[in-house]
Order: sequence, then structure tokens, then C-alpha cells
Amino acid sequence: MADAIVIGGGLHGCSTALHLALRGIETIIIEKDHVGRHASGVNAGGVRRLGRALPEIPLAEAALDRWQNIGDLVDDDCGFVSPGQIKVAETEAELQTLVARRETLLDLGFGHEEIIDREQLRELLPAVAAHCVGGMVVRSDGHASPFRTVQAFKRKAVSLGVRVFEDTPVTDIQRQGATWRVGSFEAPIIVNCAGAWGGHVAAMLGDHAPLKACALMLMITDRMEPFVEPVVGAQGRSLSLKQFDNGTVLIGGAFEGRAEPENNRTSLDVNGLAANAANAATLFPVLRRANIVRCWAGIEGKMPDAIPVIGPGSADGAFHAFGFSAHGFALAPVVGKIIADLIATGATDLPIEAFAVGRFSPPPLFSPPPPRPSPIKGEGEDA
Amino acid sequence: MKSHYQIAVIGAGPAGMAAATVAAEHGASVLLLDEQAKAGGQIYRAVAEQKINDQNILGDDYYKGRSLVSELAASDVEHVGGATVWQVSPERQIGVSKDGVAQQLTADRVIIATGAQERPFPIPGWTLPGVVNAGGAQVLLKSSGIAVPDAVFAGTGPLLYLVAYQYMKAGIPVRAILDTAPKTNTLAALPHLPAALVNIGALMKGRRWIASLKASGIPIIKGITNLRLLGDDAVSGVEYRRRGSWQRIDTAHVFLHQGVVPNTNLAMAAGCAHRWSEAQLCWHAVTDAWADSNVAGLAIAGDGVGIGGARASEYSGRIAGLSALHQCGQLDIAERDRLAQPFHRALTSEMRMRPFLDALFRPPRQFRIPADDATIVCRCEEVPAALVRQSVELGCTGPNQLKSFSRCGMGPCQGRFCGLTVSEMIAEARGMPVAEVGTMRIRPPVKPLMLGELADLTTD
Repeated sequence: MADAIVIGGGLHGCSTALHLALRGIETIIIEKDHVGRHASGVNAGGVRRLGRALPEIPLAEAALDRWQNIGDLVDDDCGFVSPGQIKVAETEAELQTLVARRETLLDLGFGHEEIIDREQLRELLPAVAAHCVGGMVVRSDGHASPFRTVQAFKRKAVSLGVRVFEDTPVTDIQRQGATWRVGSFEAPIIVNCAGAWGGHVAAMLGDHAPLKACALMLMITDRMEPFVEPVVGAQGRSLSLKQFDNGTVLIGGAFEGRAEPENNRTSLDVNGLAANAANAATLFPVLRRANIVRCWAGIEGKMPDAIPVIGPGSADGAFHAFGFSAHGFALAPVVGKIIADLIATGATDLPIEAFAVGRFSPPPLFSPPPPRPSPIKGEGEDA
Repeated sequence: MKSHYQIAVIGAGPAGMAAATVAAEHGASVLLLDEQAKAGGQIYRAVAEQKINDQNILGDDYYKGRSLVSELAASDVEHVGGATVWQVSPERQIGVSKDGVAQQLTADRVIIATGAQERPFPIPGWTLPGVVNAGGAQVLLKSSGIAVPDAVFAGTGPLLYLVAYQYMKAGIPVRAILDTAPKTNTLAALPHLPAALVNIGALMKGRRWIASLKASGIPIIKGITNLRLLGDDAVSGVEYRRRGSWQRIDTAHVFLHQGVVPNTNLAMAAGCAHRWSEAQLCWHAVTDAWADSNVAGLAIAGDGVGIGGARASEYSGRIAGLSALHQCGQLDIAERDRLAQPFHRALTSEMRMRPFLDALFRPPRQFRIPADDATIVCRCEEVPAALVRQSVELGCTGPNQLKSFSRCGMGPCQGRFCGLTVSEMIAEARGMPVAEVGTMRIRPPVKPLMLGELADLTTD
């Protein structure tokens, strides 16, 4: 018996549990594998406002405030550094797209994205290829260490009394009066933080969420001489790239391998990795001679509109925070707070309407299935 | 190279050469990829162009490899040397690099014959310059005729004595042999002796090596219970503990060896199931009697399914080749069975000696699981034993989590040199069987791949 059950021991589950515990709400986490086993432990660790989908910007702004003092929350700096994030434009047309994006954001009252010209780009990225014409930068964006972060959130939550049950898959959820029953666990509140498995859990809670499991591939090089400080993306190609203190370079770009959520496996697609490598080498020719030592992918959950589900479910006492593929790492410190606020007070001071679980209606029962929604490409990823 | 073959074989050691040759003999299109320029693998390395004139030095067993190499050369196998395979996918797509150019190709059947590697020997100082594996020292001897005088040989296993014997035959002074096999090994091996007697010739050969080494005056010091290698920038000496007291030998060269283990990375990355062998203290690929793994179309031959040595690998390669031929429609089942029967028989006979050898040369725990906190476990990331143990205390439950906790296994070798140590250390610290602790997930590229090579694979 507890006040709240959180399903999923990823970063969002740990953050939600931590924020519930801070409010004195007795919380347990049920995790089918171990904490941070999937996307939370192996993502690219980007803390980004640059290029965010519009509905996410207020959350990303609030999250950055928290990241800047993350040690106050979890007693660990989580490896957070903020060397900035840059989106490179390779043509004048791409640069104009970025200029237009900046104007849209200014109209909405957000001034964090800054346009830079050819020279400014080279000041920030001395190794960038000669053809690049400029870009957009958010100077205080950055990145943190995903595994360290999820462990720090878990540790802090546990220190506040959260109990974590690992190797405990959820197979069935029952509603009895005002109580949710998950196996032998009971609580009036249940939170779905099940990541790529969030769609199944949503269905058990009576909500329809057409979530797709995906496997975003990443690769890492051997140690190289330092050549790039900020996190780098590109307007015209799928890419995100950063160099760590130890000299290794992490390269991603939302290229998908194959996710097998039912058996916890991912497999990689060499053609996608090759395209990713080509994108990286086009922006930074120095990378051509780098050795790739490992490639991998975590299992992530992605909604058709590429933004997450955050907010109350249709049943009393049910809440959701899942489907963050490529968007979730940076937002975790604030999404956990939103869910805890909703549970404790029924309200949050951040706009979350766009993330409502009910935004995709279920297919009608007796008509042919509608065409699959074509995946809308995210505007970036948490690189 | 073409973009598709009926049968692709990876590794040109005895298993791979045998598999490829038999497959081509029966009309299949066969590609044989190997990292070395010339066929032979480690065991028969450079056998076809051996420059050492005196055949007594490397011995008859080595020159037996010549027939395999010449059969291969006379066959229609497309043998590509200097080719690094960095991926085999479950769909039998092969990623390979040669001369700085990467290429992808497919095959109806893939036979992984990547052989064995030496077991890690994590003791204080094992990463110092001047310390090499005995197998590495033998490679130098075979491929370049280079030998190092006054080296101390330390460890256990037939190869340790073979290399010392070859050194002696070549007239290279050997400083001492420090044998780490405990006396209890002999007792544990005895029950397996009767079965091993089918191969009494091989057993007697081993006894002759040791007798000759002794007769030549090389000190063979048995009952070593602890070892540490001294030196700052390079090894300067060996300290060993025997009957409770420490002794020291000054030397600039130490050859370590405590057996060989399957080289599993490629098969593991392809998704082939492996199981822990308590007898051989390593992971074996799981295959059926026809070399087939759990992944459709992927077979594993040779030492990858369990250490059996050169002869066993050759037979296992023939069986895998015949099986692949049958699956490609080049042989009917009766013909496959008829042709494979002598190899099945020979393989079974050859393997009867193994339990005896495994028990006799079993490396003791203290040389597999470093007690000393400062001893390096992961060479790539320089992770000491203490950090591995601390990670377990902090809640790390297995080798994959250990990567995140400590960076252990995250370097270019992807755990090839630390994987076994890590699995055994975690198992010991958690009081669990190694089989349950598991091993590191291996991801392509299995060998480091230049980013530019990968980028050039893009088709658009």
C-alpha cells in the first residue's frame, strides 16, 4: 500500500517519484528491468531548448532553470555542462528558415534562439566545413550524463523514502473502488512513466495512445583531439554531435534501427548509420579519420506527432508522462514536478494542453482501420 | 568481392579453411574473409611462407597446416586476406573493410570461424611494456622469426610449454617457467585420463616437451600461488609467491599465458546464443551437431563453440561446410551425412581428450579474479579492479551496467580483453553463477571502423 504507484523506473519515473516524495506522498516505483535500463540510461543526454517543438518551449525553459541548479534537487551535478547548442545552416535558404523560426519565437515571446553568421559560426565551431553559412545558437543549452542523471534521481528519490521494485513487470492493472491494483501493490494514484511501453500501460488505464517503439541509433568514436565544444546539429540534415571531455565524440541524428520492445532488444541498421556518419563528416571533415568504436540504440516511445503525453488520464487517479523519444531527457526535472503538482493540487503552472493523452482518438470498432499517420519528423532531438 | 555469395566464411584458421574448401569443392560460391594477409589463422600463421629453415623449431603439428592452406589455394574459394569484418547481422549482411574501404555484402549462409584468443591474465603489472601473451610471442616467431632472449614464461596451458619448447629448439635462452597450475588440478584431471588415452600420442608429446625443457636446464618452477610484475615504464622483474614466500627474478620480458578462450564478439553481436562453460571458464556459442546457431543461416565452427584445438576445428569446419552445402541445395541429406560421418567421428574422438586438458590446465581463481585493487581490469579505459568492485557495491548488477558505472568495456575492444574477468568478478562479488551474471552486449562495429569508410557506404 502506498499513496502513488509509478510504473517505469526511467528518468521520468524517478523524477516523478522524487517530486511526489518531496511533497510527502508515499510512492513506489515498479520497473520491469532495472532503473535506467532503456532509453534513460543510453540516450545522448542533450539539455536543449534549441529547435524545440513550440508546445515544449515553456517546459524546456523551466527545465533549463532546474538543470542549472540540478545539484540542489538531486545532490549531484549530473555531469551537466552548458557549452551551448548550435544548429548549422549550410545554405542561405536554410539560414532563412532559421531566421523565420526565430521571428516566430520572438512573436511568442521567446528570445533564447540567436542567429549567427558565417564568422560567428567559425568562432564557435572552428572545425566546421567551409561551405557552412551560419546557424542558430542557444548559448546556455548543454548536455549531461544520462546514466549518472538517472542514478542520481533514483538515489535521491530513495533517500526520500521512495521504494523501487526492479525486475517487476506489470501484466495487469485493476481498479477497485478508488484503488489501483498492480499485482500486489495498491494505491489511489497511478502514474504511467513506461516510456516505449507507455502505450500498453495507457491501454490498461483505459486510454488510447498510438505509441510506436523506436530505436534511435547512436555511435561513439575513439578519443580525438578536442575540436568541438558546443553540441552541434544541422538545419538541413539529421545530425547531432558532441565531444566529451575525454575526447570521444557522440554522433546521432534520429536514424532508426529496429526496436523489439517485447524482448528488450534493438538491432542496428548500417545504412542509417552510414547516412549519419556521412552527415557528421560533411559538417566536420576531421571526423572522417575517426574510429567508430561502438554503435547502439535504446528503446524509446514516440507518438505520431513526435511530442510526449503529459497529464491526467481519463480515469480518476491515473496520470501519464511517456512518449518522449528524442525529447525527454532535458524535460525530466520539470515533467516530474508537473505530475506531482497535478496529483497534489490538481493544477500546474505550465501549459500542458498540447500533451493531452486524448488527442488521438481510437480507431472506430467496425470500420476499416484509418491509414497510419505518417510520422512527423521531430524538430530536433535531445542531443 | 561480389555483393552476394552462397556461403561466406569468416576466419581463415583451420575451421574456416576447411569449411570454405569443402564448400567450394561441391560447387558453391564461397567467400573466405580473414584479417591476416595469408591463410592459416593463429595456429598455422605464415605456414605456407615460413622462413625458419629448421622445421624442428615450430614442429610437425604446425606444418600439418600446410595441406589445408594448399587445398584452399587450389580451390575455387575467393579468399580475401587483410579484410576486417566489423559486422554480421542476423539477416546475414556482412560489413567488411579492406585497404580503408568498407563494403557490405550478403550470403545465404555465414560460417563464423573466428577461433580463439588468449584468456586475460589480470595481475599487477600485466599492462606494462615488455609483457606479452605467450601466443603473441609465438606469432612474432612464426611471422617474423623474431624471438626475445631471457624471457620469463608464466602461467599454465599447453601453449605456454609449446612456445617455451619452440624457443628452446631455436636456441633462444628461456629464463624460467613459472607454472601457476595448482597440484589439485592433477587430481581433478585424473578421472578424465582414461578417456584422454585415445589420444595418447598428444599427451606423450606434452610430456616430451617438459622433459626436454628440464633437460636443457630451464628452471620450471611449479606451485606458484601469486604473481606480480614489477617496473615503472616497462617490466623489470617478476615476483612470485611459492610455499608462502616471495621470490624475485629480474627480467625485461614476461610471456603470460593461461589458456585460450573462444573469440566470441562477432557471433555475439550477430545475436548468436552463448552459454557459460564451467569446465573451460568461458562462453561457448550454442550450436547443434551441424554447427547451426540459433540465428537462421548463421553457423559457428571451430574453437568458437568450445576450445578443441586445431584438429577439432578442422573437422568442425568440414561439418559446417557440408551442412551449409546441404542448406544451399548443393548436397542432398544422404550425401551430407555420408560425407560428414568421418568428421563427426574424428571430432568426437579428438574432443575426448579435452576434459582432461581442461582440468589439468584450469587457471586458478586468483589469476582470473584480481585480488589486488589497483590491478587493471579494462585496458582500454584503464579501469582498476577496485572500481569494478565498488560499482557492484553501488548496485551494479551486471557487465552492461558496469559500462555505465565505470566505463569498463567501453573502449575500442568492446570487452574482448576484460569481458571474462568482469563477468567472473561480478559473479563472485554478488555470490551468483557467472551464467546468470551474463556478459557484455557486443555492438557493431565489432572492430573499430573509420567514420569516413562508414560514410562512404551511403548510396545517395
